[in-house]
Amino acid sequence: MATGIKDRVAILGMGCSKFGERYDAEASDLMVEAYREAITDAGIDPSQLQAAWLSVAFEAMNIGPSAIPLSMALRLPTIPVTKVENYCASGTEAFRGAVYAVASGACDIALALGVEKLKDTGYGGLPVRSRGLAYDMMANSGTAPGFFAQIASAYRAKHGVQRDDLKRAIAHVSVKSHANGAKNPKAHLRKVIDEATVLNAPMIAEPLGLYDCCGVSDGAACAIVTTPEIAKSMGKHDIVSVKALQLAVSNGWELQGSGWDGSYFHTTRVAAKRAYDEAGISKPREELSMFDVHDCFSITELVTMEDLFVSPEGGAMKDVMDGFYDADGQVPCQIDGGLKCFGHPIGASGLRMIYEMYLQLQGRAGERQLKNPRLGLTHNLGGMPNQNVSAVAIVGRYGD
Amino acid sequence: MTVGITSFGGYVPRLRLQRAVVVQAHSWFAPGLRAHSKGERAICNWDEDAVTMAVEAARDCLTGLDRSSVKTVILASTSLPFVDRQNSVIVKEALNLEESLAAFDVTSSQRAGTSALIQAFAAAANGPVLVAGSEHRKTKPGSEAELQNGDAAAAFVVGDKDPIAVLKGSYSLSIDFVDHYRGAGEEYDYTWESRWIREEGYGKLVPKALKAGFATFPFKPADVTHFIMPTPFKGAAEATAKGAGIPAEAVRDNLALVMGEAASAHPLVMLADVLQVAKPGDKIVVVGFGQGVDVLALEVTPAVTKLAPRIGIAGCLKNRVEEKQYTKFLFWTGNLPLEKGIRAEAEQQTAMSVLYRNRKSVMGLVGGRCTKTGTIQFPKTPFSVNPNDHAYNTQEDYPMADLPAKIMTYTADSLAFSPDPPLYFGTVLFAEGGRITVDFTDMSPKDAEVGAAMKMVFRIRAVDERRGFTKYFWKAAPAVGPA
Repeated sequence: MATGIKDRVAILGMGCSKFGERYDAEASDLMVEAYREAITDAGIDPSQLQAAWLSVAFEAMNIGPSAIPLSMALRLPTIPVTKVENYCASGTEAFRGAVYAVASGACDIALALGVEKLKDTGYGGLPVRSRGLAYDMMANSGTAPGFFAQIASAYRAKHGVQRDDLKRAIAHVSVKSHANGAKNPKAHLRKVIDEATVLNAPMIAEPLGLYDCCGVSDGAACAIVTTPEIAKSMGKHDIVSVKALQLAVSNGWELQGSGWDGSYFHTTRVAAKRAYDEAGISKPREELSMFDVHDCFSITELVTMEDLFVSPEGGAMKDVMDGFYDADGQVPCQIDGGLKCFGHPIGASGLRMIYEMYLQLQGRAGERQLKNPRLGLTHNLGGMPNQNVSAVAIVGRYGD
Repeated sequence: MTVGITSFGGYVPRLRLQRAVVVQAHSWFAPGLRAHSKGERAICNWDEDAVTMAVEAARDCLTGLDRSSVKTVILASTSLPFVDRQNSVIVKEALNLEESLAAFDVTSSQRAGTSALIQAFAAAANGPVLVAGSEHRKTKPGSEAELQNGDAAAAFVVGDKDPIAVLKGSYSLSIDFVDHYRGAGEEYDYTWESRWIREEGYGKLVPKALKAGFATFPFKPADVTHFIMPTPFKGAAEATAKGAGIPAEAVRDNLALVMGEAASAHPLVMLADVLQVAKPGDKIVVVGFGQGVDVLALEVTPAVTKLAPRIGIAGCLKNRVEEKQYTKFLFWTGNLPLEKGIRAEAEQQTAMSVLYRNRKSVMGLVGGRCTKTGTIQFPKTPFSVNPNDHAYNTQEDYPMADLPAKIMTYTADSLAFSPDPPLYFGTVLFAEGGRITVDFTDMSPKDAEVGAAMKMVFRIRAVDERRGFTKYFWKAAPAVGPA
């Protein structure tokens, strides 16, 4: 009988590059930047790494196929390296690989690194890519904001929400993340904005304007994991351990079936339930200290807070407007700026979220440090509302 | 066996380019075009061509009919998207017709439409014939044709089951009268002097053909109820009718002011338009002109009153949106290279083997229906999508193109490249179950609403300009009811 991942794996060290328009850096430079911080933080020699996982989403304009680019960039000691891709949830997938490797006992210390170079396309937004020859023939031709804007139309219809009321609520989501991002030196976008700026911004995909969309960034993030016992034996204090690590992947029900109404993320609800069970959490609204969710678009964050069972269904707008998720609110969300402002180098994002939780739990988050956080949840979503990969991780203080 | 037209359908795209704006744009260069300022011409959306319009006209025509009975498909046009890939077979795939039928394209002359219809009567001996005429001709900016032409299609089923109009005779004259021509590989027509065309062409060849035709038809010119003679020359049809002894009131308006002339498809468009209002006993004469003349004589039967309601040309003409952006028309017809941005450079190659394997889904919008649970889904898959029973290998083909649909989610995407920004897309629900996430087309902002009624339409998904390949798929468009 499976017992789950809770407290079986500890984070030994983490690193994250500066996110943003890194016209100065190759993907290999970004990988090295994140890795050097992580290995210094872990306090180990590279020869102690026994396995590694690499996450990249847009490999074609990035590092190309295989895990070799990671092994080469870091000059890893010819260990097993696996490349993973699961849309925008790839970063959490790399983390999952490393965590499971340690939990299984297959190795003592494993590394997960995610990287993305998105700013070499010559145009804004995510790169255009194929989803397979047959799929492409039968798919719509919209963009990521277009896909996530669909949620807004269904959410409005389901809850009887006026367009302008929803616009204002999701504007607040972005205003809050900009305020947080401004305090994060590694964030891509560090400008405080007001509601009027969001509401008057150019339309990207109705009702999402420019400031409802996250930054498209270059960056890398890295985690080194081991067992809590090894971490302790290395003299580590304030150990952060993995409490839950869950993944739910659409099987086509939302896309092709008849039951989903388009107003929520089915997979997130499934993954959240599993994660709460694994971590032993029954009241997420009270028990969790902070969230870093996949706010690729402001509407995604708003709906996700319901799908994670923090806000009641149809109640996220009120919580958002009440400041429940603000930095000084009851449960801060996107304290590092989130995808919105820290930026979204796809393959790195899941690891970047965990990086922030790790810093916060160790009291090392600088100007944005929250008071005594105990448990943090990351939510990393890949794909589109109607077919996606939802990863939920919960990390907390070991021993709590 | 009495062979006749058993059904008709029509299609005119909803956008109507205002001639005045075109004339104004050219006023510095070609002030003489001012004579063509009146009215509007129908223009294809960017994702329409002669094939997609033929499909729409054919769907209208096949309203209430058993599609499996069609034994021949004929497509007539001088603006077909493929020179070598049978366009009529694309139409057949989109209509999800049986494989065991004959298909051919009729082209290379403005007489293609009437010649195809005459041949349809001959081919009807083998079973019902679906014949369509469709035109989306490219014209040079500043030409008279740019203003006179209109995009449209019409379709008929010809057979012996309850014909609504029977063929009473036909006559063809074939003479190499070159009023205009378009060499192989050329984009535009080369046109001779209009006075000569009017006097020597319409003025002499049509009367000659009418005289020879009426010598064999069972009714006299004076008995004609509807005289269909498309011509860009004002008064030419009236003069021809007078010369032939056809009553002046029988001359049909050529729809020049409301849609323009759809070239070789226009006689068929006008015929479809007539059949929507014709009464039993009406006698119709149709003239097609181009390297000779075709004349058809038809008589309407009482069955015309029993035909199921349809959109027809009249319904399409009502479903109109005024278009005043001349550059839009130029861009869409390949006459103006607007800056599309790098995002538009996405790879568009089509893997023919993949298209062939998936042709029913891609071209015919055929999904699956689980024989065990009744679950409807698109596309068909080995395991059913039903969450309570992922039954294996239980799905039978289920055509979904004609199922009524409504919007579940939508957006107007301004980031995506679209020749008609913003790109509307979303998920539509089919009334009987099943859903699809697709591009929307023919949208106005007011049409984007959860719950709005939509219909599926066969359109261009993208054009692989590098390889000259038009990619088709289905989109959702606001539903249009019968006229």
